[in-house]
Amino acid sequence: MSAVMQPAAQTARLAKFAQRKRVNRVALVLSLAAMCFGLFWLFWILWETVRLGIGGITLATFTEMTPAPNDAGGIANAIYGSFLMVMLSTFVGTPIGIMAGIYLAEYNVKGWLASLTRFVNDILLSAPSIVIGLFVYVVVVSRFHSFSGWAGGIALALIVIPVVIRTTENMLQLVPPGLREAAYALGAPKWKVITSITLRAARSGVVTGILLAVARIAGETAPLLFTALNNQFWTSNLNEPMASLPVTIFKFAMSPYENWQKLAWAGVFIITMAVLGLNILARVLTRKQH
Amino acid sequence: MDTLTATREKSKISVKNLNFYYGKFHALKNINLEIPEHKVTAFIGPSGCGKSTLLRVLNRMYALYPEQRAVGEVLLDGTNLLTSKEDVAMLRAKVGMVFQKPTPFPMSIYDNIAFGVKLFENLNGSDMDERVEWALRKAALWTEAKDKLNQSGSSLSGGQQQRLCIARGIAIKPEVLLLDEPCSALDPISTAKIEELITELKNDYTVVIVTHNMQQAARCSDYTAYMYLGDLVEFGATEDLFFKPKRQETEDYITGRFG
Repeated sequence: MSAVMQPAAQTARLAKFAQRKRVNRVALVLSLAAMCFGLFWLFWILWETVRLGIGGITLATFTEMTPAPNDAGGIANAIYGSFLMVMLSTFVGTPIGIMAGIYLAEYNVKGWLASLTRFVNDILLSAPSIVIGLFVYVVVVSRFHSFSGWAGGIALALIVIPVVIRTTENMLQLVPPGLREAAYALGAPKWKVITSITLRAARSGVVTGILLAVARIAGETAPLLFTALNNQFWTSNLNEPMASLPVTIFKFAMSPYENWQKLAWAGVFIITMAVLGLNILARVLTRKQH
Repeated sequence: MDTLTATREKSKISVKNLNFYYGKFHALKNINLEIPEHKVTAFIGPSGCGKSTLLRVLNRMYALYPEQRAVGEVLLDGTNLLTSKEDVAMLRAKVGMVFQKPTPFPMSIYDNIAFGVKLFENLNGSDMDERVEWALRKAALWTEAKDKLNQSGSSLSGGQQQRLCIARGIAIKPEVLLLDEPCSALDPISTAKIEELITELKNDYTVVIVTHNMQQAARCSDYTAYMYLGDLVEFGATEDLFFKPKRQETEDYITGRFG
């Protein structure tokens, strides 16, 4: 066999090359089409939200309570209620989630308890939120004979926890083992290695996980329907039923009253912008790391 | 084997009948070795021969992994560190380690060095400043880093990062410094700086270095151990080992006929 290419082989090679280029072009077109398909709907949703929502945004929207049908008013109580319950669930869910994530990534990587925790966490992660709402209804609401902000916060926390556990574990696993060993080599105890080195190295990823969890619960309706219910009035008492944006949107959008529908769109606009803002913030934080 | 205890120096670490296992794999076979004080001892040998494993026994790094097991005696100043009741953190304060890849902690250059010091000492602000400067000077990094002590450790170049890791190791004033292929990720200029540094460090510390680079072992070590497949084949003064090796395998390896 000669080391130099024969003309016939040369032609075959060129044909093969042309073929590869064609396949490449087709694949590129298909993925661009898929991207455009996704973006099309996303931008349509954003456009409609802005178009219909921006009209409802007035000062009264942020300062007045939810009105009676055909009456003037705003959704201040719903915004505040959402804010309170999201804060409550984040403050409850984040420490639990981070600690469980640390346990899975640092203390018990291969044990049966960790495998079980991961399995249960995966189920919780994909559990329909209405199931979580009903669970909290049975365990909290029916036991205390009252819908309450606490119940709403607990239901949302149950959604936050698995998300934070998963991202914390994944982010800690990304920390190179060499970094841990280097800290141990200086004589650092395990807790110190985790708090000062590993968690610090994974910091922006963990924060991103929390932000994404907040973005997720900000729009959850189902778990609040059976737990916090709704409230026409301003309340900061977590023992009382509490208004929230998603539930108010649900109620107002389904109504035949024009002013309610307008406020529902304003609520949709506010939630969408808040979630968009959180996602962008999460993006910025992850980018900073690299 | 008399060659293995040929040193007449005062020994800092004595390894006696050491066997090491990764699970069922027998990685070190009956190692006997005297590491002399205030000298540089190099471990050489082809990949997988156990030289890094041996190094990681000396500060009990292997103990992080439950499936790894060391049997035998490793005496540090006469105390068997494998069975010692002393906290492993205290051992690692005495036996520092620098790794193959630079591993700056995700914090400022200053805090990278203060981190280890704070584990063992309560220094006030100016004493800590002094210690950080001392360690950076010792690691030949002071002039390059003094104006950016508050910048992240990862903003340094690879060679600077490795010197930062050495500074971090000596800041806690260890007695022994273990270097696991400290130059393998560095360019020749950074390597030269670190080799120079190693020669300086032996005035204060006992240095043990694992290296793939035989010229490096020849240049900066006083004693060299040649290992192969978990056995310590030959150990002696670096000059003797390189110029008149006693064993055929050693000669084959250092002349490049093998490995």
